[in-house]
Amino acid sequence: MSPAGRGPGPGTSTVNAETMSETRPLDLETVRARLREARGLEYWRSLDEIADTEEFRDLLQREFPQGASEMADPVGRRDFLKLIGASLALAGVTACTKQPPERIVPYVKQPEELVPGKPLFFATSMPHRGYAAGLLVESHEGRPTKVEGNPDHPASLGATDVFAQASVLELYDPDRSQTITYLGEIRTWGALTNALQTAVEAKRGTQGAGLRILTGTVTSPTLASQLQQVLTELPSARWHQWEPVSRDSVRAGAVLAFGEAADTVFHVDQARVILSLDGDFLSSGPGHLRYTRDFAAGRRVHGGTDQMNRLYAVESAVTITGQMADHRLPLKASEIESFALEVASALGVPGVPADPARLERLRAEHPAAQIDRWIRALVADLQRHPGASLVVAGDEQPASLHALAHSINATLGNVGTTVTYIEPVEPNPVDQLDSLRSLAADMDRGQVDLLVILGSNPVLTAPADLRFADRMAKVALRIHLGLYQDETAALCHWHVPQAHYLESWSDARAFDGTASLIQPLIAPLYDGKTAHELVTPFAKPPGQSGHDIVRAYWKGWFDQRQAGWDFEEFWRKSLHDGLVAGTASAAKVVTLRPLALTPPSAGRPAGGANPLEIIFRADPSVFDGRFANNGWLQELPRPHTKLTWDNAALIGPATAGRLGLANGDEIEVRCRGRSVAAPVWVLPGQPRDCILVHLGYGRTRAGQVGNLVGFDAYAIRSSEAQWFDRGVEIRRTGRRHEFVSAQNEQMMHGRHLVRAATLEEYRRNPKFAHEQVEAPAPSDTLYPEDHKYTGHAWGMTIDLNACTGCNACVVACQAENNIPVVGKREVGRGRRMHWLRIDRYYRGDPENPVSFNQPVPCMQCENAPCEVVCPVGATNHSSEGLNDMVYNRCVGTRYCSNNCPYKVRRFNFFLYQDWSTPSLELMRNPNVTVRSRGVMEKCTYCVQRISAAKIEAEKQNRPVADGDILTACQAVCPAEAIVFGDINDPKSRVARLKADPLNYGLLEDLNTRPRTTYLAAVRNPNPEMPAASGADDEPSREAR
Amino acid sequence: MAQTFGRGANTLVKASLAALVVFVGGLGGLLYILQSSPYVTGAWVELAQPIQFSHERHVAGNGIDCRYCHTSVEDSSFAGIPPTKTCMNCHSQIFSDSPFLEPVRASFQTGRSIEWRRVHDLPDYVYFNHSIHVAKGIGCSTCHGRVDRMPLMYQVQTLQMGWCLDCHRNPERYVRPREYVYKMDYEPPSDQLALGRRLVAEYKIRSLTDCDTCHR
Repeated sequence: MSPAGRGPGPGTSTVNAETMSETRPLDLETVRARLREARGLEYWRSLDEIADTEEFRDLLQREFPQGASEMADPVGRRDFLKLIGASLALAGVTACTKQPPERIVPYVKQPEELVPGKPLFFATSMPHRGYAAGLLVESHEGRPTKVEGNPDHPASLGATDVFAQASVLELYDPDRSQTITYLGEIRTWGALTNALQTAVEAKRGTQGAGLRILTGTVTSPTLASQLQQVLTELPSARWHQWEPVSRDSVRAGAVLAFGEAADTVFHVDQARVILSLDGDFLSSGPGHLRYTRDFAAGRRVHGGTDQMNRLYAVESAVTITGQMADHRLPLKASEIESFALEVASALGVPGVPADPARLERLRAEHPAAQIDRWIRALVADLQRHPGASLVVAGDEQPASLHALAHSINATLGNVGTTVTYIEPVEPNPVDQLDSLRSLAADMDRGQVDLLVILGSNPVLTAPADLRFADRMAKVALRIHLGLYQDETAALCHWHVPQAHYLESWSDARAFDGTASLIQPLIAPLYDGKTAHELVTPFAKPPGQSGHDIVRAYWKGWFDQRQAGWDFEEFWRKSLHDGLVAGTASAAKVVTLRPLALTPPSAGRPAGGANPLEIIFRADPSVFDGRFANNGWLQELPRPHTKLTWDNAALIGPATAGRLGLANGDEIEVRCRGRSVAAPVWVLPGQPRDCILVHLGYGRTRAGQVGNLVGFDAYAIRSSEAQWFDRGVEIRRTGRRHEFVSAQNEQMMHGRHLVRAATLEEYRRNPKFAHEQVEAPAPSDTLYPEDHKYTGHAWGMTIDLNACTGCNACVVACQAENNIPVVGKREVGRGRRMHWLRIDRYYRGDPENPVSFNQPVPCMQCENAPCEVVCPVGATNHSSEGLNDMVYNRCVGTRYCSNNCPYKVRRFNFFLYQDWSTPSLELMRNPNVTVRSRGVMEKCTYCVQRISAAKIEAEKQNRPVADGDILTACQAVCPAEAIVFGDINDPKSRVARLKADPLNYGLLEDLNTRPRTTYLAAVRNPNPEMPAASGADDEPSREAR
Repeated sequence: MAQTFGRGANTLVKASLAALVVFVGGLGGLLYILQSSPYVTGAWVELAQPIQFSHERHVAGNGIDCRYCHTSVEDSSFAGIPPTKTCMNCHSQIFSDSPFLEPVRASFQTGRSIEWRRVHDLPDYVYFNHSIHVAKGIGCSTCHGRVDRMPLMYQVQTLQMGWCLDCHRNPERYVRPREYVYKMDYEPPSDQLALGRRLVAEYKIRSLTDCDTCHR
C-alpha cells in the first residue's frame, strides 16, 4: 500500500468475510420501537446502533474490528514465527548500522528571495468547473507541498475545499500521463503542432468547417479571447462547452426570469431566513466557501449575541446544506417545484395562482409531514423578514424553478440586499447540454473531421443516450489534452499531457467575476501543456509560451484602461495578490418578466405503479470522476454515509424496509432502458422512494487508485433527465458487496458526546451543555502531577454550530502531516490513519433525522491516559500542554491507543508510506517526520507550525501573538469552526471561547481534562413549525 | 565414593559468578564507550570532499566571516551551503586557474551543483534550527569547534541527544554575548556561570526539554 493508493485493485473490493460482520436486512420495526422507548438513545450514530444487534455489539467491544491486529496474508503460523524470528534478528542488526551518508547539494546560482529551509508562499488559483478559488501555495525549495486559501480572494477568504487540498497529490500522482502520444506511440510536441497546423491550414479554405473544440466551462479571459480569435479566423469552426455537473438550469433560469443572461450572487450574511429549494449552496457551486463563511457568521451565538439566522431546506438528497438546516423537508426531486409554487402562491408572487390539486398531491404523498403547516410557518417567517430573507434554488432543479426563485426573492424585496445580479462571469455562457448534443449530432452526420478536446472527458461523462464514444469514432482526427490517459484519451489519435494548474500560467474568474491569476509553482513535471499552448497552433504566431499568452492578454486589457501606472507594476501586484483588483463583474439591473408557468412537468404516471425516482449528484469526494485517482479523496469518509472507496445506491430506511434491502445488497437499477448494478446503502434522511447515486466511479482508465472503484452511474444517465428521473426499476441481483464505512468503528457508547439545544432553550439556560454530565473536580484523580504552565498553554475549540462536515480539515491535516493512504481493505480493518476524523450523530426519526458533525482530533488531555502507559516514554506531556508523540522512541506496543478514550491515535500496522515513488517524495512536508511501520502517530496541534511561529517571535523578541499560529485544520475551515491559541493569554480568541457557557469537553466525566473542547450546537427552529418534519408516526420528538 | 566436585569447585563457582558480573558490566561499559566513540558518532573523522576546501585558509587566513557563505544561519533552520556563485565571486579573480578549483569552475559552467558530503548529520527525526540558537547567543564554535583550525571539516561533538540536552538543561554554561557568536577564538570568561545566568535572563533563554522541541 502506498499514499498514492495502489489502493484496492479490482480484486480487493470484497473484504475478508470473517473479519467483517455480515449485514442482515435492517429490522426497521425494532429501530422505531427502540427510538420510541429509549430516552438514553437520544443521539445515535447509525441505524445499526439503534437496532443493537449481536454483531454490532461484538464490533463495539473491540478497539479494532476482529482480526485487525492479525496478518491478513495467508502465511501459516509456523512461517510467521520463522519470519518474525528472522526479522527480530535483522532488526537487531540494522539498529547497529550507522546512518547512511548524506549529501548537500547547493544551488549553482541561488534564486533571489529563496532562503533554504524556509517556505515561500505564492498566490495562485485553482480552477474548478471553470471557476477560480484563490489559493496561497506553500513551496519548499520549489516544491509545492501544501495549499492554503488566499485571505484576500473573495471566493476563498482563506478557506479551501477538499479538492484544492487534495490537488497537491494530484500534481505528484505517478499515474498522470507523461508523454505526448499518437496512436499510443510517443511523439514530440513539434510533431503534434506540425500535424495540428497542417490540419488547420487545410481548413482555411473552408473557413474551418469541420473543426470543433470541446472544453469544460471556460471563465478564463485569456482562453476565451484565444478561442474567439480562432473563431474569427475560422468562422465555420465551433466551440462547445460541456461539464457533466453543469449549471445549465441556473443560466437558463436567469434567461427565463429576466430575458437575458445574468449571474446571481447571494449575500448570505445579510439573510435572516434562508430557504433552500434543493440548493446545496454550502458545499457546491463556485461561491460555496464564501457562502459557508457568511452562513456560519450568521449563526454564531457565543460572545454576546443571541441572534441566529434560520435555514429551511427542502431537498431530494441528503446534502450538507440540508443537514445544517433548522428545518428540513425531504421531498422527491420532482416535487420540489410543486412545493415552491405553493410557497410562491402563498407569498403572493404575481402569476402564481393557488392550485388546490397541487397541494393535495403533496399532502397525499407526505401524509405525516403536515405540509400545510410547514408552508404556513415558512411563509410567515419569510414575510416577517422582507429584504432579509433568501431563496436558493438547486443547480440540479429545472430552469423554471430558478425563475420562480428569482420571482420569490423579488417579491420578498431581497434583490439588492441578500441577492444581487451581475453580468455573467462566463464570457460565452451556453447551454452545455445543447452544446454537447449538437456536437454529437454533427459527429454522427460526419460533419466533424477535427475534434480538439481541451481537458474534458466526454467519453466518460456524456449522457449515455448521446453514444459519444461511438459517434466520436466518425471524426477523422481527434486530439485530447488531459491530466490522465483517460477514457477519452484512449479513443483519440493524439493525447497531450496537460499541465496541472500548479504547473500552469493561466487565469480564471471567481463566482463574483473577480479575475484570478494562475501562476505555476513548479515547472511542468512531465512537460505538460496548457490549453492556451495547445490553441496557439491555430493562430499566428504559434509556439508562444503560456506565460507570454496570459501576460499579453492582460497587457492588452491594461492598455485599454490606461490606469495611469506602469504595466510591470500592475502585473507584479496582481500576481502577488493572486487577482486583478477591481475586476468583479459589474452589478446588473434586471427586470423580472412575468412568470410563464409550465404545468409542473406532467405529474407522475397515473396510478403511481412505480414510485421510484433516481437522483444523480456529483460525488463529494471524486466530483464528476476527475479526482477518482486521488487516494486522499477516495479514502475520505464521505459526508453523511461515511463510506470510503465506494459509491452506492443510497436509499432511505423506509424504502429499504419496503423493498427488503439491506446495506450491501446489490440491485440492478434500470432507467430508460439502460441499467447498472449498484450496491445499496441505507442513508437516514434520504427521501422516500428516491435512489441517490453519485457520479464519477466505476472508471476504467482513471489510474491505479481509481480504476474499478464503485459503479459507473453515467451509464444510466440520459440527456433527457440529467439530474433526476422517474419510473426507475430495480431488481435484486442476489450478489452482495462489502462496503467500508467509517461510521461504526470506534463507537463511544451512549454518552453525551454531542450537546445541542434550541435557541429558545439556550436563551433560557445558556449553561445547558453542562447539565448533562457532571465533570469531576480536577483534584479527583490518581494522576501523579498537576502540570503547571508558565509559558504558553495551547488549546483548541471546535464550534459544532458552525461545522458543516465538509471534510476539508481532514484532507488539510493529511497534506500537512504526511499522513498515508491505506486502501479499502485496511480501512475495513479500522486501520485508517486520519489524525482528525469527523463523527456524525443523528437525533430523532431515521426518515428525517437532525444531524450533527463533530470533528475529533487528539484532545491533548491534561490527565492523559496515553502518557502513563507508554513503557518507553514515547508519549510525554510537554510544558505547553501537548501530548507529544516521539516516533523515534515508539516501539509499537499500542498500549497508548488502547488506553485512549477518544480513539484518536493511529498505528502504522504496515509500511503505509510510499518510500519508493520519486514524485511522492517531492510532495511531503519536510518539517514532519515520515513515519514507518510499527509506529503510533496522532494529532500534535501541528507542532511544527507552533515551533516555527515561536522561533520567529523569539527572534523578533516579541510574544507569539494570537493568530500567529493557525493549525492546518483551522486554516482551511470555511466556517471558521476551529479556533486554536494560547489558553494562558486571557485575551486570545480561544481563551474567550473556552470561557463561554457553550464550551464543553468530550467525556469530561472521565476527568481527562481535554484541551480540545467543543462549543455546543444551537439550532434555531421555528416554534410554529410542525415538529419532526417527515416523521411517520412520531410528531413530537423534535425538541430534546 | 569420590566427591563429584572437588574442593576447588566452590571457589570456581564464586569466581565464575564474579567473572560473569565483570563480563556483563564490562560488556555494558564497552558498549557505552563504543556508543559515544567516534566510530559511531562520526566525530573527528575528516570526510573526503569533492573539493579540498579549507576552512582554516578562508576563516583564519583570509578573515572571512561565517555568514559570507552560510547566509541563512540567522534566518532559517538551515545555515546554508554557499552556491557555486559565492565561490566564484573571488575565484574568478584569484587562483582562477588552480587545478584544485576545477570542480568549482566546472560546476559554474555546466550548472551542475557541487555535491558535498554532509559532516554534521543529525537523524531525520531531529529538527534543529540554526537561527534561534544564534539569536540566543550560542556561538558557532560551541558546537562546531575551532573551524578556523580545520583544513578539512570534521565534527568535534558527538551530536547525540545527551549532548544536546546538556546545553538545553544548563544553557548558562555555554551561552555567550551575541556579539561574539561568530568569533572563533572566543574563550569563555572565568566567571562564565555568572555571565551565563545574566545572559540567560537578558536573552530570555528558556530551558526547553520538551520532546516536541526537536522531534515532530
